[in-house]
Parts: sequence; C-alpha cells; structure tokens
Amino acid sequence: MVLIPVIILERGIKLSGQTIIEKILSSHSGQTARAGDIVIANVDLVMGQDGTSPLAIRAFNDMGGREVFDPEKVAMVIDHSAPSPNEGVSALHKLMREFAEEKKIKLYDIGEGVCHQLMPESGRVGPGKLVVGADSHTCTYGALNAFSTGVGSTDLAGAMISGKMWFKVPETIKFVCEGKLPERVYAKDLILYLIGDVTADGATYKAAEYTGQAVKALSIEGRMTMANMAIEMGAKAGLMEADEKTFRWLKQYSDEKFTPVTADADAEYAEIRRYDVSSLEPQVAMPHRVDNVTGVSQVAGTPIQQAVIGTCTNGRLEDLRAAASILEGRKIHPKVRLIVAPASKRIYLEAIKEGILQVLVEAGAAVVTPGCGPCVGTHNGIPSDGENVISTANRNFKGRMGNSSANIFLASPATVAASALAGEIADPREF
Amino acid sequence: MKLSGEAHKFDLNDINTDYIISGKYKFKTLDMKELAKHVMEDLDPDFYSKIKTGDFIVAGSNFGCGSSREQAPLAIKNAGISAVLAKSFARIFYRNAINTGLPVVECDTDKIEHGDRLEVDLSAGVVRNISKNLEIKARPLPEVMIKILNDGGLAPHFRKYGGFQIY
Ligand code: SF4
Repeated sequence: MVLIPVIILERGIKLSGQTIIEKILSSHSGQTARAGDIVIANVDLVMGQDGTSPLAIRAFNDMGGREVFDPEKVAMVIDHSAPSPNEGVSALHKLMREFAEEKKIKLYDIGEGVCHQLMPESGRVGPGKLVVGADSHTCTYGALNAFSTGVGSTDLAGAMISGKMWFKVPETIKFVCEGKLPERVYAKDLILYLIGDVTADGATYKAAEYTGQAVKALSIEGRMTMANMAIEMGAKAGLMEADEKTFRWLKQYSDEKFTPVTADADAEYAEIRRYDVSSLEPQVAMPHRVDNVTGVSQVAGTPIQQAVIGTCTNGRLEDLRAAASILEGRKIHPKVRLIVAPASKRIYLEAIKEGILQVLVEAGAAVVTPGCGPCVGTHNGIPSDGENVISTANRNFKGRMGNSSANIFLASPATVAASALAGEIADPREF
Repeated sequence: MKLSGEAHKFDLNDINTDYIISGKYKFKTLDMKELAKHVMEDLDPDFYSKIKTGDFIVAGSNFGCGSSREQAPLAIKNAGISAVLAKSFARIFYRNAINTGLPVVECDTDKIEHGDRLEVDLSAGVVRNISKNLEIKARPLPEVMIKILNDGGLAPHFRKYGGFQIY
C-alpha cells in the first residue's frame, strides 16, 4: 500500500499537495492557491486576435487605458480573416495596426500564421508561464506546461492595462492514457475520443491534466492538439508536465531557463479517468457537436465535397507530413476540394523545403495563407448548402464554417487526407 | 436589481457562441446594434423581431460554450434581453457576460416554459415564475462578479478603481 503524505496544519486541517494549475496560480498571485479560491494573478503574456482585439481596444479606451502594462508582454495577431476579405474587416485590421504601433506592441500581420502557433514559436510561452488570450483555444499552451486560457475582449483590455487578471482556481480532472497508439491513430483521435467520453461540458469550470505513457510518447505537436481541444470539454486549461522533449522543442525558440511545474503526488483531483489507447481506432466527430464522436468505421462511406487540413489544432508540420504520406503520388477525388492552411509561415517554409507542399499541391490541394483558413467561416472556402466537409479543425458547430446548412465532420489529418482521396469518409489505415 | 419580462425558451443544452452570433457577422463590424439583429438566428430566424425589451433567454445547460467572442453577450444585450437563465454556463461566456453587464442566472430552467412571465431578483437570487406561481432559487454569483456587475461591467469598474478591486 502506498502511504500518501499529508501535511497537518496547526489548526488540524489536512492539506494535500497541489496540482499544476494550483502551483502556477500560486506563483503568480503570491498566495497559496487552492481549488475554489479567487486569486488575482500576474500574467506573463496577453494575446488578442483580429476577431477579439477590436472590441478589446474599444474596452481599453473605455476603461481609460493609456499605455499597456508592458509592451513586451502584449501581442496581437491578424489570423482569422487574413488577408482581409472585405472593407469591414479591413477597417478593424487597420484599427489593430494603429493601436499596436501606438502602444509599441508586437503585431503579427497577415500570413504570419495562427495565433496559437505563433505564441509558442515566439519563445514567450513555456513551463510555469501564465498566458491569457482573447481566443478560446488559448488553452493550447498547456502542452508546454504553461497555464493558458481564453478570455473575452473586456478581460483582455483589463489585462493589457493592469498586467493582472482574476481567476477562480479550478479543480483538475486527470486523464491517464496508457498503452501505445496504433499505426495511423494520432493525438487527434485520442482527444476526440476523450471529448466524446466526458462530453462537451464534462470539464466545465475545471482544468484537464493529461498524463500516462500514451501522452508522454506524443510529440509536442501532438500534445498541442490535445491541449487545444480541452475547451471542447468545457475546460479552462489542458495541462501536461514538461519533459526532455518539451525543453528540446523550446530551445529552438527561446534561451530562457524555464522551471518545470509538476503536480504533487498527493494533489487532489476532482476525478481521475484511466484509458488504454492500444486498440483505439481513428475517430470522427459528427455534425453538429464535437462530442458526437464515433469510430471511423461507423461513418466510412459518407460522401464529402470539401476536405480541410490546417487550423490551430492540426496545421503543423507533423500534420502536413501525415497527410502527404497518404496523398503522395495520388490524386484527390474529382468531386472533392482539398484546402490546406499551414499553421504558420515557419511551418509553410519548412513544408516547402521538405517537399511536402509539392506533394499536396500535386495531389490537388489548394494551399491558402497561413492562418485560420476556412475554420471559422470568414473566408477561404465556405461550403454550400447541404455539403459535407471533413476537417482537422476543433469545432463542427452548425454554421461554424459560414453556412448553417453544411455538415462538418472532424478528424485527424490522415483521415481527412484519406477521405479526400476516396470522395467519402475513409479509414486512413486502408491507404 | 429586479428584472421582468417574458421567457423565450430554447429547450437545448450546449447552445454555442456560433448559434448566438455567427462568426461570419462578428468579424465584420463593431456595431453591436447591427449584430443584435442576427442573434440566435440559426436556431430561430425571426428571433430578433420577437423580443420585447426586458425579455429573457431561457436555456438548458452549458449555455455559451465555444468561442471567446464577447460579441455573443453583447449581441444578446443589445437585442434588448435583460438576462439569460440557464442550468449552467460555459465559463468564458459567463465571465464575458458579467464583464459587459449582462446578468446571467444559473437555475433550474425546467420550471420555466416558453412565454412564461418572469421576475428576476438578482440580489436575492430568486426567479419568480408569475405565470406558474413558482419561485425558483438561483445559484449565487461569486462575490467578485457581483461587484463587477454592480459597477455595470468591468470597464466602469476599471474607470472607478483604476484596476481590479475585488476583495
Ligand atoms: S484556427 Fe480556428 S479554432 Fe484555431 S484560432 Fe483560428 S479560428 Fe480559432
């Protein structure tokens, strides 16, 4: 039997250890943060994108803001509608550019990539950091052992002015994933499975912590895919511990000495869920809910008209490689449009160097500007009425891609590539 | 603060921010009155024209899940809705609603039907269903949120205190 060490305070209250998120919120608020507490924490990085920054700028002015608390710690990204598809958007982009210039903050303009790829690549995100972003998928950086979470524009404005944010310290659900993922089954399949299992509000007000052999075996890219989708189960964050892989990855972008944050052995969890991934099959989320998940064999054969590879979930080099390994030397189905959006300019260039883009374009892909691509229905491939789309994105809500009469299926890059070849949803293990 | 109006019931869980206001509109403009015309349109194309100022949106659990778009609570507020009542809310929406001054009430919405007349007493944490002669208890807001809501939202709160003043 394992004895769990327990600290006994003078008052006689038993106090167990802390989770990752409790530790990060403690170090940033100067008080011992426990689930349920309300703390005011210092933030290390504040990020806004072009769908949320314009309102944040308005709120900033409305709050009487003059300077941002630290220009080095604020960034804005134009990625959602980039390049601008119409005058309305152009005016909002202009507002952002002027604000960034005036406040001397870094603005990533069109073509740089999706915010959730750019922030980690900026070297400013790493273990122990606290990041807030006016975008719900800001939780992506949990893959790097940071606490990062999505907020709205007004909260963002408050953080830009004060460098602080109030938080309710969340409880944590631990997901222990053991075993080895089979061939052509990826982080995306695993996270879709977990979301289907806990449902869209299964982790609301809570943090998710992913651990176990299967998670440790993932690349940083794969871990980002898992952290990215924590919000689809309602979670405030999707965290992981840092290991050698994390530090090797970070070295490419930063000289900073990060200190890893680990959960105490006696940390308290709201729930511990255990999974064995060894026999997982490729997963598909069916319209119109992310938690409407099934194995690919159940939906194989559903005709599709559009396939999308990209987004902050699966637009990384590893994802493009997986797609290329299936599409190499083949042509996509004549009735399918395949749209590819690399997650950042850096990834775009590397994919060119490796010859991956050549493979994809020769197979029939239309490559669009690094950024959000058609994910959120602003431009770059809005489906028509009644069409089926299979996408590597993270949301399949009705209307998400700009047409509420279209159906969106979510899957891994390999499944999307296989489906683009077949003209119908297909199992990547058969290619 | 006491609010009164009629219930517009959406008998659904997980009403996401794309339903509340589609991304295709929110990226185009900062004109919230314009956005308000499209509120909930994928669930009910005529919804905007049915609202009388002061009315309530009533829904199931996990209301407002999905994106961080603050245009969601703002579109609801600018359409004349005085509060949203749901069994539970997604956390970013919940924060955004309070920050922009839209009251959100967590309560058992099974006791409310479409068209019921309601009275919501925010400080007492009580929803009165006048049509059914029922009283429904609401889950109290965390104190920090009451403070921000009482100041009219986070912007007025910051103007008043120059930063967070929540203890
Ligand atoms: S790629 Fe899609 S989900 Fe990711 S930030 Fe862009 S719009 Fe949001």
